Amino acid sequence: MVEAVLFVLMAVAALTGAVTVVLARNPIYSAIGLLGTLFSVAVIYVVHLAHLVAAVQVIVYAGAVLTLFLFVIMLIGVDKSERRIETLPSQRIGVGAIAILLIAGVVAITVFGNFEWVPAAASVIDLDATNGTVAAVAEPMFTDWVLAFEATALLLTIGAAGAVALAHYRRRN
Amino acid sequence: MVAPGWYMALAAALFLVGALGLLIRRNALVMFMCIELMLNAVNLTLVAAGRALNDINGQVAVFFILVVAAAEVVVGLAIIVSIFRLRSTASVDELSEMKG
Repeated sequence: MVEAVLFVLMAVAALTGAVTVVLARNPIYSAIGLLGTLFSVAVIYVVHLAHLVAAVQVIVYAGAVLTLFLFVIMLIGVDKSERRIETLPSQRIGVGAIAILLIAGVVAITVFGNFEWVPAAASVIDLDATNGTVAAVAEPMFTDWVLAFEATALLLTIGAAGAVALAHYRRRN
Repeated sequence: MVAPGWYMALAAALFLVGALGLLIRRNALVMFMCIELMLNAVNLTLVAAGRALNDINGQVAVFFILVVAAAEVVVGLAIIVSIFRLRSTASVDELSEMKG
């Protein structure tokens, strides 16, 4: 019962935030809408006992990424004069077609799909027992996924170096 | 207990809104936010599926997506800022030199 109430509340909040991101004319309002969506999704993570993921969502996404967005919005100025005229007329039709296809997909999954959720093999950790703690998430990350973990370390280093290189770029002459 | 399909539906709806925003909007910053929305929808799917299947690997995958999203935002925003320095605009319609 609690989960159902939380789900409805957070689903409405997340979708409201998402629609605000798309429809707001001022990019600052878009950023605030994104913040609402991120917090709602974090609450849903807590409902799913993914406590560490929820904390990281709030700290990294709502904290770091969104602050970076706001910094850039302030830096380049709020550009309110976004043109509403479509320069690619065929894209309107494409957007409508994609929307219909995706909505049909959602309806097919939720209404007509009788998906069987079969819990995996015995090697799986019991989520209720461990509650998605740091230890529970770190154990597979540093054993099965250690190569991917190292690759992300490399990716972050390259990303930081690339951002600095782009920020220092000057046109010659 | 809410069925996992409802979380999937919410994630799909979030993804849909993000995808439509990416196609509709012309401001590069807002398009970036829509990409973040889509990544969040996928994260939500992974966590919900991991819970339904009682598998911790769903949460591990979310971490990797988070890292990729963070790296993408850093590089993408740097590109937007450098484009803005050259052109004084953040509208993608203005950047059509490579049009065939």
